[in-house]
Amino acid sequence: MAKELWFAEYHDDNTRLGMRVTRELVAMQSEFQAIEIFETPTFGRVLTLDGLVMLTEKDEFIYHDMIIHVPMAVHPKVQNVLLIGGGDGGSLRELCRYPEIEQIDMVEIDSEVVNQCRRFLPQVAAAYDDPRLNLIFADGLKFVRHNTDKYDLIVIDSTDPFGPGESLFTKEFYGNCHRALRADGILVNQHESPYYPADAEEARLIYQRLTATFPLVRVYQAHIPCYPSGHWLFGFASKRWDPLQDFDAERWNARGLYTRYYNTDLHTGCFQLPTYVKELLESGVE
Amino acid sequence: MTESGKARPVPPERLRRILNGTLLGQGNEIPDYEALFPGNPQAKAPLYEAVSLYRSKRIVPFDVPGHKQGRGNPDLRAFLGEDCLTVDVNSMKMVDNLIHPTSVIREAEVLAAQAFRAADAFFMVNGTSSAIQGMIMSSLNPGDELILPRNVHRSVINSLILARGTPVYVNPGVHTGLGIPLGMSPAEVAQTIREHPRAKAVLVNHPTYYGVCSNLKEITRLAHEAGMRVLVDEAHGTHFHFSPDLPVSAMEAGADMAAVSLHKTGGSLTQSSLLLLGEGVRSDAGYIRQIVNLSQTTSASYLLMVSLDLTRRLLALKGREIYDRVIKLANYARSEINQIGGYDAFSNEKTDGDAFYEFDLTKLSVHTRSIGLAGIEVHDLLRDEYDIQVEFGDLGNFLAIISVGDRAVVIERLIAALVEILERYGKEPSGLLANEYVKPIVEMTPAEAFYAKTDLLPLLAAEGRIAAESIMCYPPGIPILAPGEKVTKDVIDYIEYARAKGSLLTGTEDDKVEYLHVVRL
Ligand SMILES: Cc1ncc(COP(=O)(O)O)c(C=O)c1O
Repeated sequence: MAKELWFAEYHDDNTRLGMRVTRELVAMQSEFQAIEIFETPTFGRVLTLDGLVMLTEKDEFIYHDMIIHVPMAVHPKVQNVLLIGGGDGGSLRELCRYPEIEQIDMVEIDSEVVNQCRRFLPQVAAAYDDPRLNLIFADGLKFVRHNTDKYDLIVIDSTDPFGPGESLFTKEFYGNCHRALRADGILVNQHESPYYPADAEEARLIYQRLTATFPLVRVYQAHIPCYPSGHWLFGFASKRWDPLQDFDAERWNARGLYTRYYNTDLHTGCFQLPTYVKELLESGVE
Repeated sequence: MTESGKARPVPPERLRRILNGTLLGQGNEIPDYEALFPGNPQAKAPLYEAVSLYRSKRIVPFDVPGHKQGRGNPDLRAFLGEDCLTVDVNSMKMVDNLIHPTSVIREAEVLAAQAFRAADAFFMVNGTSSAIQGMIMSSLNPGDELILPRNVHRSVINSLILARGTPVYVNPGVHTGLGIPLGMSPAEVAQTIREHPRAKAVLVNHPTYYGVCSNLKEITRLAHEAGMRVLVDEAHGTHFHFSPDLPVSAMEAGADMAAVSLHKTGGSLTQSSLLLLGEGVRSDAGYIRQIVNLSQTTSASYLLMVSLDLTRRLLALKGREIYDRVIKLANYARSEINQIGGYDAFSNEKTDGDAFYEFDLTKLSVHTRSIGLAGIEVHDLLRDEYDIQVEFGDLGNFLAIISVGDRAVVIERLIAALVEILERYGKEPSGLLANEYVKPIVEMTPAEAFYAKTDLLPLLAAEGRIAAESIMCYPPGIPILAPGEKVTKDVIDYIEYARAKGSLLTGTEDDKVEYLHVVRL
């Protein structure tokens, strides 16, 4: 009998999440990182970069709902979007559901992630043919540096702060994004997890750097089963719109978009953080 | 790429949380260079091979070091790793001895000499400072003159104290726009040689910290014509030997000796270095080794020496390719930084055929005065606000070293941070000191002043007296005031200005650099 095959990701030095693998579809080293896609009985197809789970077919809706619909329900009129990272296509798919968006500049460093996801995760990489998409394969930090006062929304859908995504967690990057946003622009970002110490330290640093750059920064959360600890944070950094005060539930509900995770009740709730998370974030800010 | 549908085991290394974006187990093996470069003698690394063999023999050590392959010091072993401590060995037959090398160290030195096109090469384990000491002390007897520019590293002045030599300074050119000291103009060198025909040698910075090079070939010709040696402080020029797009290397220019910091831009471990000998001193190798041994440890670190051997091999085989990449990165950074506005990331265009004869393209030297910030202030902002450490900042410039280990992503970070700094902290460029060079007034030799009876005075009260010790900002470690020089108001102002801007001052016995030993009247 064939031996069982297991993928495991270490969430800290002594804790790991294992998934039984039934079939490996992609295992390659791109110019930037190791890319793998494999099948599991519980989570369906799984994409990993440098050994870390980026998404699974079964729970990706949670992450993509939360990184896109939260800011879209706050900003009254998003026309120009910059999406940094997100090569799997899930964030793009959700953005494309908004007809008022005129242009989406998507900057992904690794074209192989896009190629492999289009091939093996077509439900996620579903919107690459949208005519509003301007897909650029480049370093996000470099791209954003050359833009001023241009975007209504910047979405940072990145990997972790080590490896190819490292520069997308720096103060200089947030500063350059601030300049690239219009006067009422919003930036949302993947904000790591508050639980395991190494991730929590990153979350603290991200918050510290965002608050040093933007006048208004709020953090919200979601429950994502395949990520370390399952408890994940997102950052909402804004020049003007407040995610709760300027949020218009009726306006968003009138769109009639169906979302399996996001809803307008959850919108308010997701900004209410546990005490330990509040303490963690505030501990980094003078 | 794997074809779809083909089941493959997930390799165990992918089951680990991976740091730094490299798969564990990947890129961790040393390639088989002898297979990749058949017949190329540079593919060998004799010292590395001998030390590896020693490790594999699991010899029972009843000799020093006392940690006995790390067993006796579990904390250190946990920190550095067992692999590291098992090769921290003592000199013995299998691995040769740096004090008197006859086998694998010698072979490694000979390969290094060939790689750098030198007549001979010595491994150095006390930094390039010790190589500089070797050059100066083997060329000068007490009282002998050395012709040199004043903007030398402290190790040069210190060697003159030890050798009891007499410095004869050639004024470095000063770039009026940048305010930085340049190289030496050949005409000035020729003039100095005429005035001091008995000098034993000419010492040249090649390049300066900022990447400025003199016309080394012409200076060498002038010195040799007058029967003087040419000693080159090539601490920041390791890479010159491996790329045709960089300034001429010391050995190519015909210099007699060169001190090369393999650890600075070459990639070896900190403190490891090379002393190169040119054809002109080939027959003096024995005497030079004796001089080096005057102050060299008898327990040279094999970690340092193996790092020299492996680095030499890598550079000899792949240096061209490596430095092509480094030059591309630096050129890209310069062009992007110059588009930001305000900053001047200078390059070849500033060369003048004289005291700024050539420029080292790998140096990312950036002039900051027109954004209203001192170089040291930009250096501090980069570190404190953006977690970016550049090599040094002085009054008008900062220097980022681009070397074998750099990646495009970190260059982007530096550029982006400079954009931010200009926007958030940039000011009108008023009230900034323009000049990095204060012309010294030499009253006695460094050794006379250093060993004289002295008075200890507050620096501010020392005006008019003769300094008995040095004061410098570190880095770059170029004395603002050296022993034997007059303490002038200009020097004091410069020091206090650098202090106020946040430079780290050092050199005096007083660790706050508020008091100065001056020669008793
Ligand atoms: C020009 C110059 N020469 C010599 C040295 C001495 O090198 P080391 O620190 O390896 O002793 C340095 C070091 O900073 C230097 O900058």
